[in-house]
Amino acid sequence: MRRLAPSRSAGRLPAALLARNSLPGTAPVGLRIAGLLVAGAAILPLAYLVIVIAGSASEAWDAIWRDRTAALVARSVGLTAAVTLSAIAIAVPAAWLTVRTDLPFRRAWAAVLALPLVIPSYIGAYAIISALGPRGFAADLLGVTELPSISGFPGAWLALTLFTYPYVLLPVRASLRRLDPQIEEAALGMGRTPVEVFRTVVLPQLRPAIGAGALLVAMYVMSDFGAVSIMRFDSFTTSIYTSYQASFDRTSAAALSALLVALMFVILWLESRSRSTEALYRSTPGSQRQALRIPLKRWRVPATAFCGLVASFSLVLPVAVLVYWSGQSVAGDVDFGEIGSAAANSLLASGICAVVAGICAVPVAVLSVRYKGRFSSGIERLTYIGHALPGIVVALALVFFGTRVVIELYQTLGMLIFAWVVLFLPLAVGVVRASLLQVSPRIEDAARSVGRTRSNVMRTVTVPLMASGLLAGCALVFLTAIKELPATLILGPTGFETLATEIWSATGSGFFEGAAIPALILLAVSAVPLYLLTVSE
Amino acid sequence: MSATGQNSGVSAITCTGLAKSYGRVKAVDGLDLEVERGSIAALVGPSGCGKTTTLRLLAGFERPDAGTISANGRVIVGVGTFVPPEHRRIGVVFQDYALFPHLDVAGNIAYALGRKADKERVAEVLRLVGLDEITDRQVHELSGGQQQRVALARALAPSPDVVLLDEPFSNLDASLRDRLRQEVSRILRETGVTAIFVTHDQEEALSVADTVAVMSEGRIEQIGSPEEVYSRPSNRWVAEFIGEIEVLSGQVREGRAECELGSVPAGDAVGDVDVLIRPESIAVSVQASRRSVPAEVVSRRFFGHDQLLALRLGSGRVVRSRQLGFPTWHAGDRVHVTIDGPADVTSAASNGEAAPSSVN
Repeated sequence: MRRLAPSRSAGRLPAALLARNSLPGTAPVGLRIAGLLVAGAAILPLAYLVIVIAGSASEAWDAIWRDRTAALVARSVGLTAAVTLSAIAIAVPAAWLTVRTDLPFRRAWAAVLALPLVIPSYIGAYAIISALGPRGFAADLLGVTELPSISGFPGAWLALTLFTYPYVLLPVRASLRRLDPQIEEAALGMGRTPVEVFRTVVLPQLRPAIGAGALLVAMYVMSDFGAVSIMRFDSFTTSIYTSYQASFDRTSAAALSALLVALMFVILWLESRSRSTEALYRSTPGSQRQALRIPLKRWRVPATAFCGLVASFSLVLPVAVLVYWSGQSVAGDVDFGEIGSAAANSLLASGICAVVAGICAVPVAVLSVRYKGRFSSGIERLTYIGHALPGIVVALALVFFGTRVVIELYQTLGMLIFAWVVLFLPLAVGVVRASLLQVSPRIEDAARSVGRTRSNVMRTVTVPLMASGLLAGCALVFLTAIKELPATLILGPTGFETLATEIWSATGSGFFEGAAIPALILLAVSAVPLYLLTVSE
Repeated sequence: MSATGQNSGVSAITCTGLAKSYGRVKAVDGLDLEVERGSIAALVGPSGCGKTTTLRLLAGFERPDAGTISANGRVIVGVGTFVPPEHRRIGVVFQDYALFPHLDVAGNIAYALGRKADKERVAEVLRLVGLDEITDRQVHELSGGQQQRVALARALAPSPDVVLLDEPFSNLDASLRDRLRQEVSRILRETGVTAIFVTHDQEEALSVADTVAVMSEGRIEQIGSPEEVYSRPSNRWVAEFIGEIEVLSGQVREGRAECELGSVPAGDAVGDVDVLIRPESIAVSVQASRRSVPAEVVSRRFFGHDQLLALRLGSGRVVRSRQLGFPTWHAGDRVHVTIDGPADVTSAASNGEAAPSSVN
């Protein structure tokens, strides 16, 4: 009965302002400068690549318009499309079987089928080629000297599919669990068979999750270097690497890099579009009821066989191969001193990278959470650029930068760390930002109001409260950097071998025993974050 | 605080022309406020009226676009002056308490005491709020009421001149809320600190504060003692916000405003007026009297200690009357109605609301 003048409701504050995660006013100058420095560093490789290309525009143009380039685009896009489709073909049935049916050992299958995520593509490719390749484990076992070559497109396709399908499996599983089972029950009640219901009701609702996962796979494949180079498949990244090594033709490597980045941005653009439509499909909240589980009946055996087949190629085979070759290597002529120093190098470089990335992430996260605005969101977006840049492109750009601008830094560990920080800063910023979002700004206000200065509050309240997030961010960067291959190959100081380069060069020369133990160490290290993730769930 | 500004000595807080916009939204729009030392003041208004922004301006978490703020005669916000929050001697109790989750109870208090912190001082502060038993408890182990008292203790620890409380009781369940209202106002009075609290609950404002400032659209509509604001609202909006009210149109003749329920003193109003009457000022009787008008009970809602009657007057207009729980009235009873208690008369044009009340 109380009537308010029309302007009263119009004068209400928007909810976003009332929520007040952000502090008012502009950020302190020191913070803004730190943010600008980090953003500048993140954008430097791409910016310098553009400068290089602009400096010899006509050569770059010629390099792009060569016949070879069209074939290269066709091959890379073809491989990306093939891997993406086959990843979907494996992931969607696997997700459905492990969420919605009475598949025996459902939960165990779900965990096992997600595990290949931790296997870097080059270790997977190494496992496949050393098992199924001409001089491989299967040939040994069968007692034949020659098997048909798996290298080229089939090998790259198989390796990348087997180790990227979890990127689709995980979101689809999550989405399946969130679906409102009542919608399906309603459809069943209208007399539709379970298969029809899946096609007409479930699948359309899964489309955003499939799309999001597929685009992650596409970005992975497009920027992958390890698997395609081991499988000797000519893709963008391997062509860039070859052009770079043939050092007289670096302009062409730069031009190809620019084209690759353009393709990555296309995929990113598709991804952002798929995200904006996602909300349309989300089921209403409150439907926490258990979904109905479909009895497999006579399909139990084929369904189990399907999961078993996927798991045996994507998990059992690599692990078995690594163990087999490790056994061989202990007997053979493997230089353990070399592996030890490679492991030490890996630990050292990734450790430094993790600390640097963590330090760089703090000002970006504080700006984006506490001082929302155009300046902060610009800074934050620039630091996410690494997400769209293949490692080989960043490395190549920094080679140009190192040889033309900062000669004294070229061929130093600093240059490699710089490349890694650019590549993995988005991971650190994401985690640190999330942890800062958990800290109520009113806690900082409260500290101010009892007489503490802004910098004192930062030191005594904000940093202690976000410490665990910062640590997690550093750990994530560490575990990702330790697996990195192309930038390490290109930017590592002469004679600087890491576990990743050790695996790559040993496999490249057919010395499978030499790659086994480094690969096992890397796998063990990579399994840690997945384990932590499942424990925290 | 004083509506007329006749207080002796320096006010604890004086604001003039305070303004703050977010984009095109004017959160605070030319606010004037004066709070007397040692008193408890309430800023009450609907959500989005700018009361929390006002509090944050006072604390120094926001910079106003215009206006000045003085605390105890010292300018803390003015042209070329902006004292940061840590130097204002103004404590804050937040709605969600905002306790430091990485410190225990004693740690929270010691943090606020800063360099002066020692075991004895911490214990002293906690004794003030009745929490000296739980000093080493972690913050997340405390109940809502305990967290609130820790937040209050932390705000009081550095002996501030003023304490600001943002919706201090809204996160507590109803039975606890009433006890804590009494408890908190006792502690505030014991320490003699000046307190300003923000609430959307008019009952809370009336029962806890010495002075109530009713806010709407970034301005103060009325400021005064709880009794003043309740019984002599400055306009119809305040009247409706601060409680149930019946608004009847009337005309002033010979110093009295005449409306359908009878006549009341008109004050200095002339011409067409609105007569504002609280339901408890509408008396009901079976007996007719010289001033009474006949009515019929349309419906009755029983609340235990009181009951709310809907009465249809001769014109068909329905008004509400709040009566004690006894005697029992029934729908259909023929009764006689008089105005018995304060009523307020405002010029009909003063509210800027042309249409008649929608109660009919």
